[in-house]
Amino acid sequence: MTLLQIRSLTHWFGGLRAVHDFNLDLLPGELVAIIGPNGAGKTTIFNLITGVYVPSQGEIRFEGQSLIGLQPHEIISLGIARTFQNIRLFKELSVLDNVRIAHYARTHYSIWEALLRLPRFGQEEQRVRYEALELLDIFGLADLAEVPAKSLPYGQQRRLEMARALAIAPKLLLLDEPAAGMNPAEIDQLMDTIRWIRAEFRLTILLIEHQMRVVMNIAERIKVLDFGQTIAEGTPQEVQRNPRVIEAYLGEETIL
Amino acid sequence: MEFYIQQVLNALQVGSVYALIALGYTMVYGILTMINFAHGDIFMVSTYLAFFFSTFFLAVFSNASPLLVFVSTLLVAMFGTALLAVLIERVAYKPLRTAPRISAVITALGVGLFLENFMVAFKPVGPAPRFLPPLIPQINYTFGGVTVSSIQIVIIVVSALVMFLLDTIVRRTMVGMAMRAISWDKFTAPLMGIPVDRVISLTFALGASIAAVGGTLYGMAYTIDPYMGIRIGWWAFISAVVGGIGNIRGAMLGGFILGFVEIFTPVFLPSTYRDFVAFSLLLLLLIFRPTGILGRPVAQKV
Repeated sequence: MTLLQIRSLTHWFGGLRAVHDFNLDLLPGELVAIIGPNGAGKTTIFNLITGVYVPSQGEIRFEGQSLIGLQPHEIISLGIARTFQNIRLFKELSVLDNVRIAHYARTHYSIWEALLRLPRFGQEEQRVRYEALELLDIFGLADLAEVPAKSLPYGQQRRLEMARALAIAPKLLLLDEPAAGMNPAEIDQLMDTIRWIRAEFRLTILLIEHQMRVVMNIAERIKVLDFGQTIAEGTPQEVQRNPRVIEAYLGEETIL
Repeated sequence: MEFYIQQVLNALQVGSVYALIALGYTMVYGILTMINFAHGDIFMVSTYLAFFFSTFFLAVFSNASPLLVFVSTLLVAMFGTALLAVLIERVAYKPLRTAPRISAVITALGVGLFLENFMVAFKPVGPAPRFLPPLIPQINYTFGGVTVSSIQIVIIVVSALVMFLLDTIVRRTMVGMAMRAISWDKFTAPLMGIPVDRVISLTFALGASIAAVGGTLYGMAYTIDPYMGIRIGWWAFISAVVGGIGNIRGAMLGGFILGFVEIFTPVFLPSTYRDFVAFSLLLLLLIFRPTGILGRPVAQKV
């Protein structure tokens, strides 16, 4: 069964058609990349999936359930998490609290239980804290748990964003340019991390990325967007050979 | 000496009420960066809720224990006021969430005027000042020249307890963390699974129910009238700014500072200078430390 099904998704910003007739079937466990020049509508698709925008037309289904009209927090709690192109951590909160807050939808105690210090409050807070520290440990951030997120260097902020997204316990992870601003060594590490978390957390991943090396190495399928239109799709090899892709996006010369 | 101890006690009593109301201003500002100028009038409505419910309750159960009367009045006032504030947020402020801040502030002033005038026009309330029926027996304890009344003790103790509980919610619970997350990044918060609208409603409900605690306690010690929310609201607002608006502990501190201003101004100056002193304090602070005593200075972006 498809995990995420997108049909004829179209979105207008005023007179600008940002996404035009986008279709996607994402099977459980797949890693699919969306590539395309700046302004091709890639991040808009993420914003449509997560309910930041309501699409002008089209249908988005997650595990068979329509996401159209749901609030972002409702969509997230169905099991969809994302990271952001321009890192959006809660800068003033500690590293640990950034991950703890992402447990919000899965924390089960009421204010009353907290005020009366009933056992469930303590148990839940302890569970969240434990799980959050475990995630930080995976990303090598456990020692920095108490420092404010804004004081982390760039690479670690990127890793924290990923840890925070995983705290939602997603089935589908949307990664928006995770390799942006990274050097080649960091990119190698990132690819290992993505492969590892994918297996470990049994994730389905939709990836937006500019770094061709990342896309060609880890994606099983690629969709190429240009001005909101899907101009090609297929395996990395097929896409690389596609003349429309070479013309629109990769330039005249072949890459790799 | 006894005189000053007596005045300190009085200042703590008044300061507690200001602190309780200031918390509502500061919480709403913290999450929405909006000053809810109707908050003083929401406080006023809460005193009337306490007035009507306690009158009704005492009429129906004339021999109920004072503790039961006090606690049930408090709870009903808290619940009713929370409901009112959530309703106001939904109807008047939520549609303006993306509008310029000034629109929401003007709307808040309008809501405040509506509440005042509604209460004046509403026959069972009317413009005349009223007294709450005695909820707890007034007993005066004298310790070497200093007199403490039972009401004073209740006001100070209940306020301290409520402030402690609120501090726990904001600092220790997921909801408190969600409030901070929303105040820093309204775009990302929902994408981390936080139900923003619900947390905002809860913030209004909490702020209003704390004001209702202040309202019930205030009504036990002073007369109430439909315009009381204006002056007290302003003083509580100044408290929040003095302490550092957006900062919970700052609002508490500011409330007590304003309590001391109110009680000690008449000791040194004519009592009519109270508002002058309070607003001067506000102006001086806005000039020299606009983020308040506990507020962190905002780093200037270049």
